[in-house]
Amino acid sequence: MTFFTDAVQFLPALLGGLRVSLALTGLSLLFGLPLATLLSFGTRSANKPVRWVSIAFVEVGRGAPALVMLQFMYFGLPTAGLTLSALASATLALTWTTAAYCAEYLRGGLSAVPRGEVEGSMALGMTRWDTLRYIVIPQGWRIALPSLMGFAVILFQMTSLAYTVAVPELMSQAYTNATMSFKYMTLFVLAGSIYASISIPATWLSVLVEKRLARHL
Amino acid sequence: MLQAVLSGIPLTLGVTFVALVIGTAVSMPLLAGTLSKHRIPWLISRGVIDLLRGVPIVVWLFIFYYGVTIGPTKLSPFGAAVLGLGLVSGAYLAEIFRGAVSSVAAGQYEAGRALGFTNVDLWRAVIAPQAWRVAIPGYTTYGIGLLKDSSIASTIGVAEMVFASGNYARTSGEGITVFMVAAAVYILVSVPVGLLSRMADERLSRTVAQ
Repeated sequence: MTFFTDAVQFLPALLGGLRVSLALTGLSLLFGLPLATLLSFGTRSANKPVRWVSIAFVEVGRGAPALVMLQFMYFGLPTAGLTLSALASATLALTWTTAAYCAEYLRGGLSAVPRGEVEGSMALGMTRWDTLRYIVIPQGWRIALPSLMGFAVILFQMTSLAYTVAVPELMSQAYTNATMSFKYMTLFVLAGSIYASISIPATWLSVLVEKRLARHL
Repeated sequence: MLQAVLSGIPLTLGVTFVALVIGTAVSMPLLAGTLSKHRIPWLISRGVIDLLRGVPIVVWLFIFYYGVTIGPTKLSPFGAAVLGLGLVSGAYLAEIFRGAVSSVAAGQYEAGRALGFTNVDLWRAVIAPQAWRVAIPGYTTYGIGLLKDSSIASTIGVAEMVFASGNYARTSGEGITVFMVAAAVYILVSVPVGLLSRMADERLSRTVAQ
């Protein structure tokens, strides 16, 4: 039963860390999703410089591992004279990754909106902006939503890498407590269970949403 | 500096390759379970897949590296890394393969049965050859993802590319360029692999029944 008595002892610290993990996930989505929407149009833009800058931003964000992004922002930028706090640099790194992945999901969603929808709204005399705002973006978002939810779960798991840049999130709390008490197995199993208890239901939810939305498309 | 970063490449590729082999092996029983009509194997496979995917890779690596002791011996950093990454890969690959198998047209099963194929022959000669063609793009995409995830092995001291870059950054103070170079190497490796898989996909999908 020592596992459970230990668990009770360590749980408050780990749940404090979980709050930071969730905050980091939320912040990255908050900044990343609007940026992703812009990039999803940028990568299809007729304007060449805009298109190439957007594609480069997306390819770097998807091609470089999140861990490299984190280390770059936290250990790299200070050597160029820009020092950010741990949480700020982790948010910056994960925002970039989020924007890059979600831009691709949104691009897929937007291009899956049937052409007839756009032609129909043109025929009704809607302006290009109104067509985008009322016709294309709402439907594109709905098609992309299950993938975006799946990514949010992966992002939540990715925040565990932020412990390498001294963000006091769940993994970092587990590691600190483990090195102090030498109860490595207990703490990492506990941390893993906390991650799983959020990720697994969230994944089920995204599958459910996918099935429900499929009825209307 | 370039040398410092590149010195990590053999271990980056080594971890990726061994983990992919372990993952492919682990995915097979999981795939069989998720395709099973019996409730118990299905439940066990689903449970294992959800659990493996629900816990971040770093946590698995830490459990295997710091937590697991077999008698007095501990796993080496490399051993713990390939075991952790391999198990998680097994879960993701099982899902990729399951999608590929269920994309094989139902008529293919019916035609096979009508021709008197045994279950084993049906799988060996009809379903598997078509399913793996469908699975190739997903498999290579996952492989590229795994290449990037192998960077997580640096957290338990495997001297792969990110570990080598971090060491160089600490000793030289040139943090900004070294991580840019490391990022560039990952991108350079993943772009050609992605192009190759797109070509392979186009060639192979010509021989799959619609």
